[in-house]
Amino acid sequence: MEGEGLEVVEVSMKVNGKPVKAKVPARMLLVHFLRDVLGLTGTHVGCDTSNCGACTVIMNGKAVKSCTVFAFMADGAEILTIEGLAQNGKLHPIQEAFWENHGLQCGFCTPGMIMTLYDFLNRNPEPTEEEVRRAIEGNLCRCTGYVNIVRSALAAAEKMRAVGRWVKGGA
Amino acid sequence: MARERRYIGKRIKRKEDPRLITGKGLYVDDIHLPGMVYAAFLRPPYAHARIKSIDTSKAEKIPGVIGVFTGEYFKDKVAPLTTAWALTNADLKPVKWPVVAYDKVRFTGDIVAVVVAEDPYTAYDALEAIEVEYEPLPVVVDVEEAVKPGAPQLHDEAPGNIAFKWTFRGGRDFDEVAKEADIIVKKRFINQRLIPSAMETRAAVASYNPATGELTVWVTSQNPHVHRLIMASVLGIPEHKLRVIAPDVGGGFGSKIPVYPGEVIVARLAMDLGRPVKWVETRRENFLGTIHGRDHVDYVEVAAKKNGEVLGVRVRTLANLGAYISTAAPGVPTILFGLMLSGPYKIKSVDVEVKGVLTNTTPVDAYRGAGRPEATYILERMMDIVARRLGMDPADVRRVNLIEKAPYTAVTGLTYDSGRYLEVFEKALKIAEYYKWREVQSEERRKGRLIGIGISSYIEMCGLAPSRIARATGFGLGLWESVLVRVHPTGKVSVYTGSHPHGQGEETSFAQIVAEELGIPIEDVEIVHGDTAQTPFGMGTYGSRTTPVGGAAVYRAVAKIKEKARKIAAALLEAREEDIEFSEGKFYVKGHPEKSVTFQDVALAAYTADKLPPDVEPGLEAIAFYDPENFTFPYGTHIAVVEVDPETFKVKILRYVAVDDAGVIINPLLAEGQVHGGVVQGIAQALYEYAVYDENGNLLTAGFNDYMIPTALDVPNIESYFEETPAPHNPLGAKGIGETGTIAATPAVVNAVLDALAHLGIEHIDMPLTPYRIWKALKEAGLLEKLKAGGE
Repeated sequence: MEGEGLEVVEVSMKVNGKPVKAKVPARMLLVHFLRDVLGLTGTHVGCDTSNCGACTVIMNGKAVKSCTVFAFMADGAEILTIEGLAQNGKLHPIQEAFWENHGLQCGFCTPGMIMTLYDFLNRNPEPTEEEVRRAIEGNLCRCTGYVNIVRSALAAAEKMRAVGRWVKGGA
Repeated sequence: MARERRYIGKRIKRKEDPRLITGKGLYVDDIHLPGMVYAAFLRPPYAHARIKSIDTSKAEKIPGVIGVFTGEYFKDKVAPLTTAWALTNADLKPVKWPVVAYDKVRFTGDIVAVVVAEDPYTAYDALEAIEVEYEPLPVVVDVEEAVKPGAPQLHDEAPGNIAFKWTFRGGRDFDEVAKEADIIVKKRFINQRLIPSAMETRAAVASYNPATGELTVWVTSQNPHVHRLIMASVLGIPEHKLRVIAPDVGGGFGSKIPVYPGEVIVARLAMDLGRPVKWVETRRENFLGTIHGRDHVDYVEVAAKKNGEVLGVRVRTLANLGAYISTAAPGVPTILFGLMLSGPYKIKSVDVEVKGVLTNTTPVDAYRGAGRPEATYILERMMDIVARRLGMDPADVRRVNLIEKAPYTAVTGLTYDSGRYLEVFEKALKIAEYYKWREVQSEERRKGRLIGIGISSYIEMCGLAPSRIARATGFGLGLWESVLVRVHPTGKVSVYTGSHPHGQGEETSFAQIVAEELGIPIEDVEIVHGDTAQTPFGMGTYGSRTTPVGGAAVYRAVAKIKEKARKIAAALLEAREEDIEFSEGKFYVKGHPEKSVTFQDVALAAYTADKLPPDVEPGLEAIAFYDPENFTFPYGTHIAVVEVDPETFKVKILRYVAVDDAGVIINPLLAEGQVHGGVVQGIAQALYEYAVYDENGNLLTAGFNDYMIPTALDVPNIESYFEETPAPHNPLGAKGIGETGTIAATPAVVNAVLDALAHLGIEHIDMPLTPYRIWKALKEAGLLEKLKAGGE
C-alpha cells in the first residue's frame, strides 16, 4: 500500500495556543487529527465533499475546511478551533451573539459557522445582511433557516464595533 | 391567574447553548471508548441483484482488519427489521428487512458486508478489497411502473409490489357532491422525494459487558426508548439489559426515528467481538441508506361551486415506500395524510385511496410534517386552481371555504378543538399587505416583471397522539409521554423526560414550565433526556409532540409535586392543608403571609422526614404519564411574494410572512426558530430539492453537490407572527410548532410562482420549481414568445 498515504509523518503545530506534536499517517485529515488525536471534538464532520463547512477551523488566521486539509499540511501552522475561542472562560462576542439570538438549534453546524464568521468579521467589521449571507454560503445549516444565524452575525459585528475592535479569540 | 408569568411566554436564552457554542457538546461521533474498533459497510453497486458469492479473504488479510462479516453471519443471529406501524384494515404485507443482505439486495443502500478494523481508514480500505459477485435483476424505481403487471418484484410477500392499500371515506359520497358542483378540477400532482439531510449523519457506538450481560448503545435517535424496545427484540436480548443513549443529536427531521440496520449490526458485533464498535455514516451513506421523505403521485379531483365553495376532494395516491417498510412508514401517507385532506375548510366529502408501493429505492418514512405537507399541498394548490378557473381571487376562495368557528368536527371525523381560522387568515393578509402586492403585481407586470403572491392556509393534526387512536390505526405503542420530576434536598430539580429534543430546545422550555410552576429560578432546574437508564419509558421527539405531550407531562408531574409539598408545608406551618397557599415559590397560611416556608424548606423537610404528616412518605418526586385526549390542531396562514426572472427563470422570494396559531407559546424565541427552519425546508421543496434516481436505481443526487439543500443565499428572511388560542384539552394550552413551517411553506411558494406566471396561461408545474422546469413549461406551452412580448 505504498504511496497511499500510510507512511507516518511527524507533524507539529500550535492548536489553541498550545504546541502539539504527533506522528500520524500522511493521509490523515486535519479534522481527524483534531478530533481523534487531540480529542478536540467540537469540530464536526458533516459531509465527505467539502460542502457543509461543519469542520471549519482557523488556520494561520484564515478559515479553512479541515476535512480538505491533510494534517501534515498544517505542520508548523497555528490552528484555532471552537474550543479555543473563548478567552479565560469569557465567551467570544460571536458566541455570545449566537446564544442571545438563538443562532443555533441542534448545534452541529455551529462551531464551523462561528469559525467562518470569526474570519469574516475580522475582514469585514461592518457587513450588510447580504454580505453575511455570502460569507456563510459554504456552511450548511438544516435547522435555523439561517434567519437567526444572520441575526447573530450582525449582532456580533455590532458587539465588536462597540468595543472598538475585532476581538481575537483564544489564549 | 393575575400573577405575572416569569418564565412561560418569555424569550429565554437556551440552557443547552453554552456547551454547543464552545465545542463541548457530545454527539455520538465524539464518543471514544478504550479498545474501540470501527465498522464500515459495503453497499451494493446494483439496486436489485442476487448475491451469488462474496469473497472476503483479501480484505481480511489487510493489517488492522479484525473481521469481515456478511449476511450469512447475521442471518440467524439477528431478526430482520419490520415496521412498527402495522396499519389496520389495509392488508399490510409482512415485508422483512435483513440487517445485512444475504440473498438479494433491493436498493443501493442495502448492506452486503461489514468490515471491522482498528481504525476507520483501514476499514474503508478493506471495503474495497471485498469481492462480490452479483446477478443483476430488473429494477423498478417509479411507482406507476412498479404497480404494472410484469413489473420487477421486490418481495415475495408483497405481490405486485403493493405493501398496503388504505382507503378512507368521510362525509358524503364524492360522486353525490360532484353532481351539485359547477366545476370538477382534475390534476395529477407529484410530491417529489426529499432527503432529510440532518447535518449530523447517523452513527452508533456499542459496548458490551459479558460479565453483566449489559449492552450499551449510543445512537443518533429521536426516540431512545423505542430504539431500545425494537433493538432488544431483533437482537434477542432482554430489554432491561440494553441501555440506549442518544446524547446530543445533530438534527433529525424524522430521519432518526426509525431503527436501521447500522445500530443493530454494531450492537451485535460488540457482543461478539468483546470490544466496543463504532460506526459513523458517511454523508454518501446518509443519502443512500437513511430514510427519504414524501414521494407521492397524487391523482386529485375537486368538486366546487361557482362561488368557490369546494364540496369534495377525491384522491388516489401511489406512495413510494422504497425497498422496505420502514419503522413508521405505513402511517405517513395514510393516517397523517388522508385525515388531513379537508384542511381548515368546510369540505363535505373526502374520498382517499392510497397504495403503498415498494420500489428499488431508499425506504421512505416520516420527514418533517410527514403526510401533512403532502395533504396541504394538494388542497392549497387546488384552492388556487379553482380560483383561477372561476376567475376569483385566491383569497376569496379561501374566505368562502374556511371554517368559521371551532370546535368543528371535520368531515374526516377529527374534532378541531380551537381556532380562529378566518381571523388568522385575515391577519396574515394584512401583515403581508396582500392587496398592496396585488397592485404592485399588476403595475409591474406591465413593465415585464413577473411577481406572484401565494397563500397557504393549513391545519395539522399533531401533538401525537391519543393512545387509543394510535393503537386503533395499528401503531405499535401508545403515544403518551412520561416525565419524572425529582426534587433534591436542596430544592434543586432534575426532570427526566421520555421526550428527546435534538435542537428544539426543551432543556430550556421544559425548565421554564418547572420554574414557573414551582416559583424557583430556572437555573435550579435541569432537564435530563436521551438515556433509557435514566429516564422513564417515553416515546421521543417527533410529530410536534414534545411541548404539547411531553410538556404537558412536565406540568402534570409538577402538579403532583406541589400537592405533596403543600401537605408537608401544612405540617411545617402547623396549619390545615386547605389553608395553605402557594405563590412565588413560598407556601403560606391564607391571610398570614408572614407565616411561610419556601419551596426549598419543604424539599429539605421531605428528606429529613421527621416532621412529615403520618400519611406522607419521605422524599419529593413524582412521575406523570400524559396521554392526550385529542390531537392538537395548529393552523395558520403563510404568504409568499416572489419574483420570477423573465430571462433566467430564477425565483426570488421578496417577502415571506408566517402567521401561526400553535396555542400557548412557552418560549417565542425558540418557537420562531422552529418556524424559520421549517419554512426554509418547505421553501426547499418548492424550489430546490428533489431526489433523482436513474432507471437502474442509482441515486444521482447522492451528495450535497447534487442535492440542493439551501444555503443562506438561497432563502429570504422569514417574518414569524403568532396568535395564541389555547388548546382546551391541553394542560399547557400548547399545540406544537415543529412542523407548521414545513407544512405551510411549500404550497405558499409554489402558489406564488404559479401566480406570477398565471397571466401567461400556466396552471401548474410540478416541484421543484427550478429555472429549468419553469423555462421548460413555458417553452412546451409555446409561451416564451408571449413572455417576451410582455405577456399580454
